[in-house]
Amino acid sequence: MSEPILHADHVSIRFGGLQALTDFDLRVAPGELVGLIGPNGAGKTTAFNVLTGVYRPTSGEVRIAGEQVSGMRPNEIAARGLARTFQNIRLFKELSVLDNVRIACHHRAKVSWLGSVLGGPAAFREETAIRERSMELLETLGLADRRDELAKNLPYGEQRRLEIARALATGPRCLLLDEPAAGMNPQEKLELMKLIRWIRDRHELAILVIEHDMKLVMGVCERLCVLDHGVRIAEGAPDEVRRNPKVIEAYLGTSGSESGSGGESGSGGAAGAGGAAGGSGEAGEKPDDVREASR
Amino acid sequence: MTELAQHLINGLSLGSVYALIALGYTLVYGVLQLINFAHAEVFMLGSFAGFYSARWLPMFREEPRFLAILGVAMAACAVVGLAIERVAYRPLRGKPRLNALITAIGVSMLIQGIGQLPFFMGPSPQFFPSLLADGQLLDLGGVSLRKLQAVTFVSAVVLMVGLHRLIFHTRLGTAMRAVSFDARTAALMGIHPDRVIAFTFVLGSVLAAAAGILVGMSYPRIEPTMGVMLGLKAFVAAVLGGIGNVKGAMAGGILIGLVEALVVGYGTSSYRDAVAFGILILVLVIKPSGLFGRAVTEKV
Amino acid sequence: MSPTPGQVWSRSLSPVFGGFAVVALLGWIVPASRDSYVAYVAGLAGINVVLAVSLNLINGVTGQFSLGHAGFMAVGGYVAAGITTAIGGEYQLSFLPTGASDALLFFAGTLAGGAAAGLAGLLVGLPSLRLRGDYLAIVTLGFSEIIRVVIENLSITGGATGLIGIPPSTTLSWIFLWVFVVVIGSKRLVASTHGRALLAVREDEVAAEAMGVNTTRYKVKAFVVSSFFAGVAGALLGHYLQILSPKDFTFVKSIEVVAMVVLGGLGSISGAVMAAVVLTILPEALRPLQDYTGVDLRMVIYASLLVVLMLVRPRGILGSRELWDLWPVRKARATEPAP
Repeated sequence: MSEPILHADHVSIRFGGLQALTDFDLRVAPGELVGLIGPNGAGKTTAFNVLTGVYRPTSGEVRIAGEQVSGMRPNEIAARGLARTFQNIRLFKELSVLDNVRIACHHRAKVSWLGSVLGGPAAFREETAIRERSMELLETLGLADRRDELAKNLPYGEQRRLEIARALATGPRCLLLDEPAAGMNPQEKLELMKLIRWIRDRHELAILVIEHDMKLVMGVCERLCVLDHGVRIAEGAPDEVRRNPKVIEAYLGTSGSESGSGGESGSGGAAGAGGAAGGSGEAGEKPDDVREASR
Repeated sequence: MTELAQHLINGLSLGSVYALIALGYTLVYGVLQLINFAHAEVFMLGSFAGFYSARWLPMFREEPRFLAILGVAMAACAVVGLAIERVAYRPLRGKPRLNALITAIGVSMLIQGIGQLPFFMGPSPQFFPSLLADGQLLDLGGVSLRKLQAVTFVSAVVLMVGLHRLIFHTRLGTAMRAVSFDARTAALMGIHPDRVIAFTFVLGSVLAAAAGILVGMSYPRIEPTMGVMLGLKAFVAAVLGGIGNVKGAMAGGILIGLVEALVVGYGTSSYRDAVAFGILILVLVIKPSGLFGRAVTEKV
Repeated sequence: MSPTPGQVWSRSLSPVFGGFAVVALLGWIVPASRDSYVAYVAGLAGINVVLAVSLNLINGVTGQFSLGHAGFMAVGGYVAAGITTAIGGEYQLSFLPTGASDALLFFAGTLAGGAAAGLAGLLVGLPSLRLRGDYLAIVTLGFSEIIRVVIENLSITGGATGLIGIPPSTTLSWIFLWVFVVVIGSKRLVASTHGRALLAVREDEVAAEAMGVNTTRYKVKAFVVSSFFAGVAGALLGHYLQILSPKDFTFVKSIEVVAMVVLGGLGSISGAVMAAVVLTILPEALRPLQDYTGVDLRMVIYASLLVVLMLVRPRGILGSRELWDLWPVRKARATEPAP
């Protein structure tokens, strides 16, 4: 592959005593549709978090179009063309649909604080451009008539679409989707599959998808990368990967009775409950058990 | 050298009071993730409970009377602590943390404000009666240990040891720790979070009451706003030790007491209040989880 | 698409000129502050509006709970007063009439006070703003107290007794002018892309970062702007009461401003304005009761207000909405009711 748009170069990360990713290596070519799959707890979202700068890798590097970005803040990485959605939807709940998208346009705005307050022609131009861009995106994702609705009031499927619209608004070169189909019914999933392909074609984006729904993964992805316990156990075309004995073992377990959790269920809801309130945790806990800091 | 030893003794005595109050903050923060601003006022009310009950209780033998007054203050503060939790904090559980924080500040100031009304304690300071005769206990080459200092330190240690046993060696204490880690799961294990939380407030308030009596004896000038500075410093102590961590609160309290005594002793007393805040800022900037706390990562 | 000159005029500039005209007129019509009790209270209310709206920017819009507003007020007040008292008596700009020269000096002093406060905000904000909600509250409180303790111990600031003999430069015109600046500035900032970025920080910092917003930079900037206006308010207050004392800038003062923002609704500019006015008038209206009991009831009022609000209506009067949003000026009615 010529210069990959996204390259996780032997990335490892550990949290206290837990090695969450070991030597994770993945290259995504421009315009490619890649799936990142594996049982629950395999480290897929952690991989996303490392790629987008939320966590700093303990070793290895992340490169976007050849540029080394590991250690940069998430907003700098977003500005370099890597956008994402979240496993547990993280919309700006009290803001409108339109505002959610407009915020993602912000990093390209050149007007200063003072300029915005004084309200000269440059600020006006900027605002208009942002609004137009945002409305365009909302229209392509079928959310234009919801623009003044508060994000928290949207039905679940539309919230997921809004997250995608918002990520697209940052103007990415590579889009990371974290379980975009979680909680969707089969009809919605079909539409999502079409949407993903359409987005890739229309915006010329590379897309990396974490998903548990095998139908969607097989139907949409051109290549798959399988993680288990933080280690890449397989990579290749979907058909090859699904027949790989190591992959089958990871999902179904050796005896076939105890399941690693492949299948239809999204892990979004359950994972959300895992971040419960609590005092200072012990070192060496898995990230799942760690308390989610609240505002 | 003797000067240093003297300052250290003063610091230990001061620090044990900070530790007692800090424990209340840390215990409540552990189970509720709430900074109980009103805790300082519980401490203040402990002093006043001692003040008023001493007026009512006739003088008999000194030591048992002291203990009786201590008991009365503890009981009174336990009730106040329970009331505060029930009325102001419990309705806000599950709501944004900011709301509870604001409420805590409000309750704290409300108690201060009401206390200053002429019907209650009035704004002017009162004079705490002498419960135990003070005097020089020891004098080792210029370093003096006063009886009240020793009483303060020993009482604090006794209470802290008792607390430690309670938290780490009883089922109730285990329940408290369980709730502080994960209230929902603790509930699933058959623990009543409400009861545990109420008990936590009682514990903290009892310790604060003791601190109130001890402070009243050593610094007899008491007033409704006396809790503010002491409370803030004790809170800093809790943060220094690692908020939520019991041993940390004890260590933090002693440390702050020592540092303050040293600063006042060797430096200037006009900046004594700034010492604690300076330490606070250092801790929060360098290691927010404190000495004994563990860094908590947010799950994304 | 570039705006036409007509659009620029109607959207941006005419409100500004119009506002200045209104301010000047108001300041001229409403009698001079020291002559009338009502005017005096109006002036205090105006200063409180500046405080509340500026605090709203950081506590309400950006969602960072600061308890240190009083410290920045103090910095601004003392710096401005230092300038006017040191220079004012001695030097005049010879080509201007005395009054104008004094006013200019006062304006410069106010700006300097604001700038000093803004700088203090930067110094406080940089290390603190990466801390979580309750920690940030305590740290800002701590910094504010340190500022106060330092002021109390410096002789140049008059120490614990305070700074006296400050020229009475604050007129209602000045107060209304700054009210205008802070309200319009806030409103426009929040409506702009920068304002949305601040709101994003409030809503979800992780998501905001992922969408390209440098959350730390924005928090610090909001903090600095907020502190600047707190400093301006301090300067205005000092030259209104002609005295500055560190006892006026304790934690209690910070809580008063917090109470205003919370009452108005965290995030609402118009709410902050209304609440500031209400909470200025209320203690004054209750003054007879206060004189009767002989006690400063403000603490009880503010405290019970906060507690009751949190228990009964935490959103405050307006929540995060604005008064001007309730006016459907030439907007088409929504065809569907909100769910």
